[in-house]
Amino acid sequence: MRVLTCVKRVPMTGGRIVLGDDAQAIETRHLGFTISPHEECGVEEAVRLVEAHGGESVVLTLGPAEAEEQLRDCMAIGADRAIHLVTGEEEWDPQATAAAIVDAIRADGGEFDLILFGNESADGGNYQVGIRVAHALGRPVVNGIKAISVDGGRLRCEREAAGGREVYELPLPAVVGVLEGLNLPRYPSVPGRLRAKSKPVAASTPARPASRLEKVKLVVPAGQGKQAELLGNGAAAAPRVVEVLREVGVL
Amino acid sequence: MTGSTQKTLVFVEHANGALDDLSAQALTLARGLAKGEVEAIAVGEVDVGPYGATTLHVAELEADYAPAAWAAAVAELAGRLSPSAVVAAGTDRGNEVMAHVAARLDLPFAANCVAVDGDTVTRTRWGGSLLEEARIHGEPALLSVQPHAVAATTSSAPGETAVERFAPELSDADRVVRVVDRVVASGGGVSLAEAKVVVSGGRGVGSTEGFAIVEELAGLLGGAVGCSRAVTMAGWRPHTDQVGQTGTKIAPEIYIACGISGATQHMAGCKGAKKLLAINADGDAPIFASADYAVIGDLHEILPAISAEIRRVRGA
Repeated sequence: MRVLTCVKRVPMTGGRIVLGDDAQAIETRHLGFTISPHEECGVEEAVRLVEAHGGESVVLTLGPAEAEEQLRDCMAIGADRAIHLVTGEEEWDPQATAAAIVDAIRADGGEFDLILFGNESADGGNYQVGIRVAHALGRPVVNGIKAISVDGGRLRCEREAAGGREVYELPLPAVVGVLEGLNLPRYPSVPGRLRAKSKPVAASTPARPASRLEKVKLVVPAGQGKQAELLGNGAAAAPRVVEVLREVGVL
Repeated sequence: MTGSTQKTLVFVEHANGALDDLSAQALTLARGLAKGEVEAIAVGEVDVGPYGATTLHVAELEADYAPAAWAAAVAELAGRLSPSAVVAAGTDRGNEVMAHVAARLDLPFAANCVAVDGDTVTRTRWGGSLLEEARIHGEPALLSVQPHAVAATTSSAPGETAVERFAPELSDADRVVRVVDRVVASGGGVSLAEAKVVVSGGRGVGSTEGFAIVEELAGLLGGAVGCSRAVTMAGWRPHTDQVGQTGTKIAPEIYIACGISGATQHMAGCKGAKKLLAINADGDAPIFASADYAVIGDLHEILPAISAEIRRVRGA
């Protein structure tokens, strides 16, 4: 099986989001970076599928030069090679992102049996890149997936819905949007990290088209201005907590 | 496309004819766009009159969800009606259907909007922890509405809703992805998403076994047990217990968060809680900035004490 997982470099925001002065981006000077949680599970799933069925697992990102760090992390858990669409400082909107990914897939030979996306990215949360890529490639796509299995040339996917799970069956080649919970991703091993350093990354610099969903500015929503009422310290707070539970109506 | 009408088309979801709350919110936002009439499209019949839709277009498709087919119906109707905007609730299915519509029509799509003003939307990023103002360059504007950003209100002048049926034209490709089977949820217990009380543990709980005191308190309150992402990543609890942006969004009467620092992605999952009680040994934990009540100290002492006090006042 040839599996491609598309990932995005995102900051680890911690307890507060702070914007840069121009309100165009999060201030990331003191932040570490990772890939979106749904995508971590996608990369893990791709590695497992190739372990089970043979083949090749590839990761792709559209992102700045620093995003190579995330590609190496993915290769450290087992992806075989990476494709890096190198961008500058400016954001790419979902349509532009999808178009660049489609071009890269075609340039790579377009032979992937399965293309995995996170259902939505942690930061932008636009919910659409995977679906746009699938349409352009003429492949079936389903989002929200929490379980995948391969049988013959078909994919069986499960998605949570009221009262249980829905089951979808897709013929390969297909595109799937996955959710965290699909699996528990492994931690990279030291030998894995060392091997990742020499795995191939094919880099290119696509031209960024004009945005059709054009970011004007970012705004941190106003807090609710809460002042927490201190009920007490340690076990001594228990009686006051129980009073509050009564006041709230759950006791 | 020459000159749109001033209609807004709303894709609504329902359960056997009962309109989803979030679709009622989407209809309310659509009325607020004040651009002429609001018309609705659904697979199957649903009463949208109270929320001000003048026409319901019933797409004659199988009831089982099929995202590309449902989107083909929406796109076809949008082609006929030329609305200035197509709106859906920002649910799993709403966002998926709208993304398919956007791909088919090669138009931009703004997901999870909290406000719309002409061609400018305010939409959520980071699960709601950040807002983005964005301009949509395309017509019709395709939008989904962030759940609970708008309160659903019925129309002050509801009239008679006309019902028109149509059989959408589908290609073979449109029919490929559809629900073919269902797996019924096993096990009882309180559903995290529906629970009126949620007691969660974070990294401070320390281990799988440490959750016994969390389970005990949740049990006494008839609530559900939740956890932070750190706990799930450590393998102490299953992902189905995770509260957060990439886990379950909860909306209890009270959320008791123990040993949870309050990362923005966690708070994105519990902002629906009416009250938040944070229990943490670190008085500077970010979670306290969003809490209604605070207890500072070791949760391993505090939780058993609360449970014991509950038993005492119940006379057990």
